Amino acid sequence: MKRRFSPYYLLFLVGIILIAAVFLKGGKEERENKVVVVVPQDPDYLDPHLAAAAGTYEMMFNVYEGLLKPAPDGSLLPALAERYSVSEDGLTYTFSLRPGVKFHNGKPVTAADVKYSLERLMGTATGQPLSPFFTKVQAVETAGTPGAQKVILRLKAPDAALLSNLTTAMIIPEDYQELNTRPVGTGPFRFVEYRPGQWVVLEKFADYWQEGLPLLDKVEFRIIPDREAALIALKNGTVDIYPRIEPGRITELSEEFYTLQEKQNLVQVLALNLKRAPFNDLRVRQAINYAIDKDELIELAAFGFGTKLGSGFSPAMVEFYETGLEDLYPHNIEKARQLLAEAGYPQGFRAVLSVPSNYAFHVDTAQIIVEQLKKVGIEAGIELVEWAVWLQRIYQGRDYEMTITGLSGKLDPLPVLIRYTSDYANNFFNYENAEYDRLNQLAAAESDRGKRAVLYKKAQRLLAEEAAAVFLMDPHYLVALKKTIAGYRLYPIYVQDMSTVYLTNRGTR
Amino acid sequence: MKTKVSLSLVIGAALVGCFLLMLVVSFFYTPFAVNEMRSAERFLPPGRPYLLGTDNFGRDIFSRIMKGTQTAFFVGTLSVLFGMALGISLGALGGYFGGWTDRILTQLGTTIQAFPGVLFALMIVAVWGPGTFNTIVALSITAFPGFMRITRSGFIQIKEYSFVEAAQTIGVSPLKIMLRHILPNLLPSLLVAASNGFAGALLAEAGLSYLGLGVQPPEPSWGRMLNEAQGYLLRAPWYSLAPGIVLVLAVLGFNLLSDGLRDLLDPKQ
Repeated sequence: MKRRFSPYYLLFLVGIILIAAVFLKGGKEERENKVVVVVPQDPDYLDPHLAAAAGTYEMMFNVYEGLLKPAPDGSLLPALAERYSVSEDGLTYTFSLRPGVKFHNGKPVTAADVKYSLERLMGTATGQPLSPFFTKVQAVETAGTPGAQKVILRLKAPDAALLSNLTTAMIIPEDYQELNTRPVGTGPFRFVEYRPGQWVVLEKFADYWQEGLPLLDKVEFRIIPDREAALIALKNGTVDIYPRIEPGRITELSEEFYTLQEKQNLVQVLALNLKRAPFNDLRVRQAINYAIDKDELIELAAFGFGTKLGSGFSPAMVEFYETGLEDLYPHNIEKARQLLAEAGYPQGFRAVLSVPSNYAFHVDTAQIIVEQLKKVGIEAGIELVEWAVWLQRIYQGRDYEMTITGLSGKLDPLPVLIRYTSDYANNFFNYENAEYDRLNQLAAAESDRGKRAVLYKKAQRLLAEEAAAVFLMDPHYLVALKKTIAGYRLYPIYVQDMSTVYLTNRGTR
Repeated sequence: MKTKVSLSLVIGAALVGCFLLMLVVSFFYTPFAVNEMRSAERFLPPGRPYLLGTDNFGRDIFSRIMKGTQTAFFVGTLSVLFGMALGISLGALGGYFGGWTDRILTQLGTTIQAFPGVLFALMIVAVWGPGTFNTIVALSITAFPGFMRITRSGFIQIKEYSFVEAAQTIGVSPLKIMLRHILPNLLPSLLVAASNGFAGALLAEAGLSYLGLGVQPPEPSWGRMLNEAQGYLLRAPWYSLAPGIVLVLAVLGFNLLSDGLRDLLDPKQ
């Protein structure tokens, strides 16, 4: 008997195929090992030696590497250089290159590539340096055998910040001309695509020198300049990580998210023009320090996400931070009034507080400070100035009475503390102190990290005792992430290190 | 002749009256100190004792809105007055004398009117810097061509009337003819335009302050409050709603008043 072909059988077959398709598709989606990070701006240049924007560096940190690399605690890790040694006089640095490191185009990294990269930054061939950090370097030499290559830097004068600066001196392939369109580096991720105003896409570099890293297959930096839109993108799942979320907004996030916070190595400061009365009087400056309640300020302006400061240095750089200064001037209205009276201002005085209008955080801070100063009789009027005007008139021109700004930290204390030395071009505080200058000079020439730390700690204490400014807080850097993402590490500098990030819900296929 | 008091006039006058009352009271009394911050009482929803809730610094929103009335009315009144003074004098000159004077002035007015009002004000503030005084100047400049047109067309029409010709024949000075004989005839339409212009000035001031170019913090202004509130739209909706609704009511009030006045005063109807 011939078997009749049943239409039900066909229907059943179609059903099976559909179900299988859905499962396969679903499985595929879950397997995509990718994270989307929202960033506020386009990269300025993809060429690491031309790029100046912090927003570019935070992305391309995953693509390019230097001889050394910063660690999350601010210390320096060997990267393309496996080891290094410094001569006794601090004038010769010898770097032994890590063997077997490859560029994204498959070529091995050689001493010639390193020499080419450093000389390109120094402007040896063109006479125009691309980086201001290597002016003390006299020459770059290569040495060693093909299996164990060395790069030697010879300096004109000792430069204690050289090692930190080398973390930003990205190593690129020699004579490679397409850096700005097809970047090639040695980092954990290789560059795939950049669409202006939309995204930068990176993918895993399988030959990365650090065993087992990176953990993700793909990283996308989604460019969304508007904070509101960025928050919405996070909420609706378009992006997975939102760095620098505003502290006032995290209560809006649901259970699906968590936040990480860390000091961002920034000194928010109320600068007082020391060349102008009444701020040239130490007692007045101390009175202002006593009058300002930093705890209330952190609560009101930063929703509690901030660390109180006592000097011009952030505790994010643990190694160099002088502790205890944050309690040098505890909030005390009586004491402030008394000091003002001694200085000849028993009724207080009037002053103008200039604030860059594009920083809502500084404008908020200013409003709070105005109220706090009112309690000791100081009538401060806020003047909002545009950023360009602020830079020109206040930062460069030093024409102001009081102002609020944030001074961002680096991996090394030198660029942070040199701001207060009397011959620094943009010492807009107008701070002048021979002892302070001397401490900085000594520290700049000292290559021993421990000894440098002692000198810089003394310098911080001096700034605080002299009340060179009112050092307010280090506002915390907040990152909101989906709960399925782990391994995100915070740095004391502006970077998104995606190499250790991974998804926790993978494997449930 | 029967006077027509329209519903617009009643509602408009009532709203404007409320704001005037709030303005006067705010000089003597606000429920709380305007700029006083209370860290423990931030983002309180409307209720007691904070009628419209508190903002991100724990400041009383209602007190700040009351105080903001001063800013709004100060800027509104002065910019309309200056705009009117400038508009009437230039319009009278052009309309009365005609010829080249008229052509140049009309062109000037048209040129300024060709720019969107707020954009023009923005340009002026960008050049001269922010602040209350510059805001007033900027808004006066954008406001004057409207008044100039009304005055000019009125003058062209009325200078042909026989009572003006009679005055001219007996040798009355042009200035006196303009002020005594022609201008009073235009007052109704100018009043309507002023009320309308006031609404526009309120809106423009709020716009400039919203952009951070008007009144400087911490002094309250409705526009600035909107700017500061936008970051907390979901957390504290009342913070944005309160100044927003107040601004809408004030603009609506002056627009309705101007409509009502036109119905009441227009001789053609």
